[in-house]
Amino acid sequence: MSKAMIGYILSIAALIVAIWLGVSVGSVKVPISTLWDTGADAIATNIVWKIRMPRVVLAGLVGASLAIAGAAFQGLLKNPLADPYTLGVSSGASVGAVATLFFGISMPFLGIYTLPVFSMIGALVTMLLVISFAKLVDRAMKMETIILTGIIFSSFLGSVISLMIALTGEELRQIISWLLGSVSMRGWSFVQMALPFVVIGTLLLWLNRRELNAMLFGEERAKHLGVNVKKRKMMILIGGSMLTGTAVAVSGTIGFVGLVVPHMTRLLFGSDNRHVLPLSFINGAALLIICDLVSRTIISPTELPIGVITSFVGAPVFAYIFFRQRKKGGN
Amino acid sequence: MLKIEGLSGGYDNKLIIKNVSFFVAKGEMLGILGPNGSGKSTLLKVISGILNMESGNVLIEGKPLKSYSSKDLAKKMAVLPQLHSHAFSHTVRDTIALGRYPHQSGLFSSWSIEDEAAVVEAMKLTAIERYESQMLDLLSGGEQQRVFVAQALAQQAPILLLDEPTNHLDIAHQKQLLDTIKTQAIEKGITIVSVFHDINLASLYCDRLLLMDQGEIKVIGAPHEVVTKDQIETVYEARISTNPHPERPKPQITILSDVNEKNNDKLITTENFQVTGELVVFQAETQLKTWSSAVTNAGSGWYRTFVNRRVDANYACDNVHEEMLEFLVNRGFSEADTVGMMTAVNTTDAVIKEYKTPFGNVVIMVTAGVGNAVDVSRTHEVEMLPAIGTINTWIIVNGELSDEAFIQSVITATEAKTKALAFEQVKDPRTGTIATGTSTDSILVAATQRGVHIPYAGPITEIGKKIGLGVYECTVEAIQIYKKAKGWD
Repeated sequence: MSKAMIGYILSIAALIVAIWLGVSVGSVKVPISTLWDTGADAIATNIVWKIRMPRVVLAGLVGASLAIAGAAFQGLLKNPLADPYTLGVSSGASVGAVATLFFGISMPFLGIYTLPVFSMIGALVTMLLVISFAKLVDRAMKMETIILTGIIFSSFLGSVISLMIALTGEELRQIISWLLGSVSMRGWSFVQMALPFVVIGTLLLWLNRRELNAMLFGEERAKHLGVNVKKRKMMILIGGSMLTGTAVAVSGTIGFVGLVVPHMTRLLFGSDNRHVLPLSFINGAALLIICDLVSRTIISPTELPIGVITSFVGAPVFAYIFFRQRKKGGN
Repeated sequence: MLKIEGLSGGYDNKLIIKNVSFFVAKGEMLGILGPNGSGKSTLLKVISGILNMESGNVLIEGKPLKSYSSKDLAKKMAVLPQLHSHAFSHTVRDTIALGRYPHQSGLFSSWSIEDEAAVVEAMKLTAIERYESQMLDLLSGGEQQRVFVAQALAQQAPILLLDEPTNHLDIAHQKQLLDTIKTQAIEKGITIVSVFHDINLASLYCDRLLLMDQGEIKVIGAPHEVVTKDQIETVYEARISTNPHPERPKPQITILSDVNEKNNDKLITTENFQVTGELVVFQAETQLKTWSSAVTNAGSGWYRTFVNRRVDANYACDNVHEEMLEFLVNRGFSEADTVGMMTAVNTTDAVIKEYKTPFGNVVIMVTAGVGNAVDVSRTHEVEMLPAIGTINTWIIVNGELSDEAFIQSVITATEAKTKALAFEQVKDPRTGTIATGTSTDSILVAATQRGVHIPYAGPITEIGKKIGLGVYECTVEAIQIYKKAKGWD
């Protein structure tokens, strides 16, 4: 059996376990069978279907989106430290989302999708700016250059968000907790809001899995191999920004998922993007469901923002990858 | 196959390639040469479509580059860029399989039998099958380069562009890689355009060369038309000399250093000679440029020690060269530094004289055994077993001889020797005519290559006069000694 095959089996198994734990564990223990048992206790059914399930599904979608977007950004930029968070793209999406709330923007033809769409636009614009600026600084776009540029944009956009919050007074205070990232109390409407974009974004990236493999050897090399780099790059940027924007719109800024998951996936199952992308998607979902579970149970009854958990795990992994790459002498 | 018409291009607003036109035929290998910054890599990038062309045309099989889609272009033209490091690691097989990208289409782009065959063949050609499942970044630079060659070959494009493919490779890998590529050109008719840093490699492997100078073509043509001293020196601004490749009709270059090494100004005199009952030994402090027909280290080279060894008249050995080397090493002479000759006469009978010239002395040594004297114009009449006769002549010059002067020295010395034999009435015993030499004469011409430059050494040049006189006098004297020793008089 190939490494990738083992990867799919293990990852799907992990996802099933994560969903099972996510649904059944909590302040009230609920058997997983409630999901399909029509004769189950009405309160339990309510908890599972109205509270736990949407939360698990949303966490799964957000985790999957961030992870596959991270994997794609890393491939595109040949940079193992790239992820929506470290690139500043999440901050861009946040600005888009906060601005939507701040200015009370509502596009009738977009309806409930106004928020994610603006968030996506914020993400895409930031991504393009980060790449252009990094390229201006250093044509070779070294690993450190991109990450530094991401930090610059993150800091700047962070202050823009703070400014908007300060200006609005009380009613946007809730945004602060949202900014730290959370999937609690969102309900099915958020799932509905995210789902179409997650599907389209994932499809856009998956269609470019082989192109991403070629781009790992540089854009020039990819071009030599017959990849229409300009078009493919745009597809990947739009797909990645779409996923990031959606994730941020429904759950706030959750860091490092896009970094940790693809890294672990590559480490375990190889770096062929034909498998890294789908495996990151599955593992990202599993990881975020587990992180959410930990965040709501570890100091129960208080709930920690989920971003706290992911950063707690992600920052050391970030440091480790950075260390490894520098040792290796890669750029 | 590949036609470039008035091509100009470069980066953003800097024109690097200016009005370049050339044509490469199917199965031809064209090498692009030029100093750093002459635009050779840029030219390759414009041709491969990485950089935009400002004006002109790149025609592939008669159709302009722009008319090809990305994938179609990759089916026509494979490119091997310079080696880069990578952040992520692929297996060798996955890397090579990427070469099949342009041949795959559709949503799931399934792996066809042709794809598999192309990858397997590419691995075989580059001898990397055994690395198939290894990670790329764990391979050495040479092995990685071979993987990328395999990737380009798997692309199965009729045109292959290479940018300094042998960069960072040791000579074994350089040879292996270029042999592989050249074989593709010969057997499959693949058209190859390659940028080279190494003029000698380019000359050896390419059918034609293109020399770039500041973004323009300085010259294009067969290696011997391009790799000339003048053109290379002008374009590269470095002193070189050209010399023929020992096996192929391709010129090679040698860099001439301008660094003044510690000079040894000591002149060569008869003091440099030492004569024992067994040997005549000449020893200099620094190597002399030497041309000789000796037993060991014959031909041209730089040597410090010359040995004329006395052997028995009945000396017979199947492998003279080997035996002589062993002898020299046993006597403490360096194999790399010593030119060794043999003679059957007493070494103490060697005539060694010094001749003054306006520019520095010429020292001449002759040992003459004329027992097997022959008339070269009559040797075809009689059958003769090879025998040691041997007039050994050494001419050592304090000066800088040109290649022509070395050859003319040999002519001049030979003429003087023949004259000496005539004067001494040495006859070929078989024909009864005046001999011109013996059956196994040897000559050595050596020069310090310091001091005055001596372009010619014919009979009426200053040096030619001294060689003529010296060789004549020394040979006459040596023959007289020989005659006396044999009791001929």
